[in-house]
Amino acid sequence: MTSGHDSRAAGALAADIREYVAKAPGPLRFMEVCGTHTMAIHEGGLKSFFPEALKLVSGPGCPVCVTETAFIDRAILIGKKYDACLVTFGDLVRVPGSFGSLATFRSEGGRVRVVYSPMDMIGVAARDTSRPTVFLGVGFETTIPTIAATLKRALDSGSRNLYVLTAFKTIHQPLKILAAKEDLHGFLLPGHVSAIVGSDCYHYLVKDFRKPGVVAGFEPLDILLAVRDLARMTVTNTPEILNDYKRVVRSDGNPVARAIIDEVFDPRDAAWRGLGVIPGSGLKLKGPYARFDAKEQLPVDVPPAQDDPRCQCAAILTGSRTPDKCGLFGRECTPETPVGPCMVSSEGTCAAYFKYGVA
Amino acid sequence: MTGRLIRDIILPRLDRGELAALPDSVVLPHFDGRIAYTTDSFTVSPIFFPGGNIGSLAIHGTCNDLSCSGARPLFLSLGLILEEGLPMEDLEAILKSMAEAADEAGVKIVTGDTKVVPKGSADGIFINTSGIGRVEAAAVPSPERIADGDRVLVSGPVGNHGMAVMLSRAEFSFDFDLKSDSASVWPLVEKLLTLGDGLKFLRDPTRGGLAATLNEIASMTGKGVVVDESSIPLDRSVVAASEMLGIDPLQAANEGKIVAVVGRNLADRALELLADNPLGNGAAIIGEVTSNGPSRVVMTTRIGGSRVLAEPSGELLPRIC
Amino acid sequence: MCLAIPMKLVELTGEGTGKVNAGGIVTDVNLMMIPHAQVGDYLIVHAGFGIEVLNNEEAEIRLDIFRELAAATAHLEDL
Repeated sequence: MTSGHDSRAAGALAADIREYVAKAPGPLRFMEVCGTHTMAIHEGGLKSFFPEALKLVSGPGCPVCVTETAFIDRAILIGKKYDACLVTFGDLVRVPGSFGSLATFRSEGGRVRVVYSPMDMIGVAARDTSRPTVFLGVGFETTIPTIAATLKRALDSGSRNLYVLTAFKTIHQPLKILAAKEDLHGFLLPGHVSAIVGSDCYHYLVKDFRKPGVVAGFEPLDILLAVRDLARMTVTNTPEILNDYKRVVRSDGNPVARAIIDEVFDPRDAAWRGLGVIPGSGLKLKGPYARFDAKEQLPVDVPPAQDDPRCQCAAILTGSRTPDKCGLFGRECTPETPVGPCMVSSEGTCAAYFKYGVA
Repeated sequence: MTGRLIRDIILPRLDRGELAALPDSVVLPHFDGRIAYTTDSFTVSPIFFPGGNIGSLAIHGTCNDLSCSGARPLFLSLGLILEEGLPMEDLEAILKSMAEAADEAGVKIVTGDTKVVPKGSADGIFINTSGIGRVEAAAVPSPERIADGDRVLVSGPVGNHGMAVMLSRAEFSFDFDLKSDSASVWPLVEKLLTLGDGLKFLRDPTRGGLAATLNEIASMTGKGVVVDESSIPLDRSVVAASEMLGIDPLQAANEGKIVAVVGRNLADRALELLADNPLGNGAAIIGEVTSNGPSRVVMTTRIGGSRVLAEPSGELLPRIC
Repeated sequence: MCLAIPMKLVELTGEGTGKVNAGGIVTDVNLMMIPHAQVGDYLIVHAGFGIEVLNNEEAEIRLDIFRELAAATAHLEDL
């Protein structure tokens, strides 16, 4: 699919975007909700196509960035107290906690295993049944069913030493909070979360907030197309929810995946870095799956988290500040020595700004 | 115990005349010219990966450091740190490929040391090699000689070593035909030396990959480097692996590639010289040095955008987000 | 938020699993979320799980959109 990099089509879309933005009464600000979009925008150098008066701001769709410090603290304390093997996606390894990251914990002799698929946790647990295996469960609707499916398998196989520390998040509740912000004019909606939840379920953006949303793919041209459609709908004041990623996202999403989520989890309130506690925006293990809940089954005392008060991740996650406006950015806070999670996750806003430069 | 290991296992495989007597130090023959001298330690995990192992890597790595100073690799020292319990057949396989790599690169291992440490004190095997080479470049390639308009070349597809090692990790289950590019680059360097002082700078883009080397050029010269993403050679499997694991192939290590900076008028000639050798398959001119703008690496993306290619930081980790 | 790439389903290995290939790299895939997937389909794979089957018709429509955009620009350049 080399046409994804067709610079001619990009040029045409960029011209359209400039034309629409010029017709707007003031500067336009769109939020790309998903951190993988943030990365793709930076990797493709897409901001170099946009006029001055169009800003894309990064949203909360980076599971590492919105995960609270206390989650990392709890994971490490469980690792220490129960001599547990912590299994994680690579994304979390360098996230700073109050007393170091998983990488620090590993360098002090702690057991940390990085996996590609949640399914790998079953093998890790089976290979060493003498200690608990704790999977660090972060992610949104795309990742959640992969972990739910893994737990279904683990339940069937009668695994006794496998646990999940959960910090799952769901998309709609924070999106409603962000949609109310006057200075955000439209939303680039997450492609792969939408593959699960469907493109139909965002209609509240139009109905309640009169703001457009476009479900977008991850090729550079997909993103330019979606931004053009957002600019057009904003300028013509015809907000709709468009699905520009129909090759993957169905209007009703993937009901099989949602059924797997519902079988394993119930909604609960969740704490988001930057947004605080949002009712019903998290998930807890239910029924027979409650036995996998690391927080309940492997209790530890977690002291209040020590966050650097100067860290601006909270404001950055809600799009109200850009990384270059943070006093720590690029000085004390770099990908080598991250202070906040937005600098750790490669899709984090600060890491992306640092890596690819402020456009 | 260690004595028998050296006598029965190591020497028969590596001795090419100087090692067998086990002198306290080796006395090397006199040679004319300036001497290049370097050292490197190798701790790669896993120790076996497609296209090589820690043994061949330890030979190639040090030979390549010498080569990039314009020096023909001649002699190596070898320090082996073995963890108790390392399977003997693993050690034998490592020594065998080390011998093959040295013979092929035309270097001799002339002195060495072996230590066995208790289980848990090392990760199977660590290797240190130091190397001595004879400088054959009339003008030693160095960053001070880089000027505006100079062209940047790479000798072939990048990221293969780093990606092959990543995919080989025990916790992943991938089948793939991607191999490490581990090789001695001296044959390529020897060709490029015919460019005389038009050859400005050489570097093997190992840790941090092409991105690290390009940033090094920018920071050492205080100039900018402009590269064209679509001209950077990448194997299909490297692209697929990098997309799958969310790892930038430009940050993945190479062990058989060179980045060369040459005078503007010599770029095509340099490309011919590289492409003439199988090691230079896929070589390309990827960018140029400029004083327009700040000292950083700017990449024109495939779609025609532009962005800063930043210096890599920290270990490469697969990501799902 | 979620990195996922298209990979071709090359084999069904039973119990809701299969093998996928992208660029010569083959890995296991879990098909629990897309039980209807067939060998030859392109799957969108996230963390070792197929989350959706790529809709070829829509993929073609998309390519047409970009071809048209590119052609329009080429036309402008000719003028």
